[in-house]
Amino acid sequence: MGFRLATVGTALLACSMPVTAWEWRGEAGLEGRYFTAGPGAADYWHNGSAYLQGQLLHEWNDRRDLFTFTPFYRIDENDDQRTHGDIRELMWIHVADQWESRIGIGKVFWGVTEGRHLVDIINQTDAVEQQDMESKLGQPMINLSVVRDWGTLDFYLLPGFRERTYGGVDGRPSLPLPVESDAARYASSAEDKRIDGAVRWQQMFGSLQIALSHFSGTGREPLLFVNLFEFQFEPYYPVIEQSGMELQYLLGGWLFKAEAIRRSGNRFERAMHAADVGFEFTQPGVFGSGLDLGWIAEYLWEDRDERFVSPFASDVLVGNRLTFNDIASTELLWGLIWDPDSGDRIYTLESSRRFGSQWRATLEGQFYSRIDASPGVPSPLSVFADEDMIQLEVIRYF
Amino acid sequence: MYRLIGMVIAVAVLSSGVMAQTQTPEQKGMDIAREADRRGEGFGDFEASMKMVLSSRRGDRSERELRVRTLEGKKGEGDKSLTIFDTPADVRGTALLSWSHADRDDDQWLYLPALKRVKTIASRSQSGAFMGSEFAFEDMRAQEVDKYTYKYLRDEPCGDLTCFVFERYPQDKYSGYTRQVVWMDQAEYRVHKIDYYDRKQSLLKTLSATDHQQYLERFWQPGRMEMVNHQTGKTTELLWSDYRFNTGLGESDFTQNSLMRAR
Repeated sequence: MGFRLATVGTALLACSMPVTAWEWRGEAGLEGRYFTAGPGAADYWHNGSAYLQGQLLHEWNDRRDLFTFTPFYRIDENDDQRTHGDIRELMWIHVADQWESRIGIGKVFWGVTEGRHLVDIINQTDAVEQQDMESKLGQPMINLSVVRDWGTLDFYLLPGFRERTYGGVDGRPSLPLPVESDAARYASSAEDKRIDGAVRWQQMFGSLQIALSHFSGTGREPLLFVNLFEFQFEPYYPVIEQSGMELQYLLGGWLFKAEAIRRSGNRFERAMHAADVGFEFTQPGVFGSGLDLGWIAEYLWEDRDERFVSPFASDVLVGNRLTFNDIASTELLWGLIWDPDSGDRIYTLESSRRFGSQWRATLEGQFYSRIDASPGVPSPLSVFADEDMIQLEVIRYF
Repeated sequence: MYRLIGMVIAVAVLSSGVMAQTQTPEQKGMDIAREADRRGEGFGDFEASMKMVLSSRRGDRSERELRVRTLEGKKGEGDKSLTIFDTPADVRGTALLSWSHADRDDDQWLYLPALKRVKTIASRSQSGAFMGSEFAFEDMRAQEVDKYTYKYLRDEPCGDLTCFVFERYPQDKYSGYTRQVVWMDQAEYRVHKIDYYDRKQSLLKTLSATDHQQYLERFWQPGRMEMVNHQTGKTTELLWSDYRFNTGLGESDFTQNSLMRAR
């Protein structure tokens, strides 16, 4: 009797819990960049920019249904192409016992490595955002995720293609000619209305995590053709088939990682293969303190040899991540991507810490070394040759 | 019914008293840990909120708020738990999923909402600080009995109660500790205090657990846990609230998918 009463009491308690209301969150960031190598072709040393991102959340039906809306807008001092807005998320998620559906606009990340995100293909890159190419545009999708003993199987139907964003002629870095999005051409006759599809299976076998994926549709990475009459670049989006594999193996403090893809279907190239293989090793409490020191090393490989197409034919990434575990959650990450053949080197530095409970500041640096910018030696990195920069960003959360 | 249970306990206590004559301190320590574990069994699932107050030696304070959801493991499996961070605002929506295992390293994943990325945590980092606090990852996870060996030391008064005092030795070679001294009361097998000794055998931290409350007329949970780091002078206080048991959580609430929709 006592037990039943207790159960009823708990049930009542659960029912009287307030239904989660609509909730607004947001963040605003102010960013300043200083170009250390000079004013460049765009003729300015520094650039200011600001962004605003909101998030509207709602949960109902005992957390079985969720709604998220995340609008984003950025203004930029010099580059009118970087002044842009996007709906990052407008998503309804429904959860059942063995499956989950996600319908709307959203972002999906696939992958395990740090150097390149080869397998990650659902979302288009919002390339004007940051030079690390980690920012993505919201992708319309219908995603069904089935969770069973044999793994997690995700099906994606992707209606509506998003074009890659490019900086304008006044942007830094910028291409020698403007990229005219209106002149974009597609291999598909449906152009940007083609409905793409993808599937991914993920499973764990003890300490081994494996994922296999396939994408069939308009490629996210365009070829840029020069139109000499209009004096502009015109993107061409091929229809591709891309198969991907992700592996991750955990052994003590070692995390071994591998990603590989095969991409075919582009009539201007033969099938392409690429891989990123490496490890991350974490030493907790180094220097007799609470600091965690992580070591990252990866080998980036690709069989597209033409240097203009890919800068990562055979590159090495090394880096360290220092986590201070302090009250301000201070972090420091540096990395070097080095091409032993050309001698190209890209140094990156990222550090961040919190101030108070609502502010965070990040200091970043990108430095390019030994990159030949002379016209006779086209390298995809040549546009970055004089774009060394330091960036300070202050974000306020509310 | 109640009287019956009372008798069973009385018999158990009696027999353990008899046993004590022949038991080694190692066995007795293990028996205490097993009994404490047995008393914690059968909770099913729970959700709770936690406020973490970090203080430095100079008196700087910082607060974090998070929510914890835990699902009890079925036979032979460890518990699963999901931790969601609400403040400070820059880590809002970050979530940690742990699957504890008695016989091998725990699986842990961290979800970074800005990148929509789930990252595996290398298990050796478990001796690292949890959210910059004085609690290490290994202090926060489920304390499976077989992850330690034990040694009973003595009985000692603790407040109005009498405590077992025993040592436990982490079996994991990546643990940050060589040993822990535990004070556990004999009435309800609740942890009141733990001294942590580091790899150099010196006293590193002391945990004090107070304000215990009973839920579902069976399960005891501390309302307040304070960890003092003797070597740095820093302290971390955990204040637990809104404990709710049997909220209907299931396996699907503890998958990588669930991490991505934790709010």
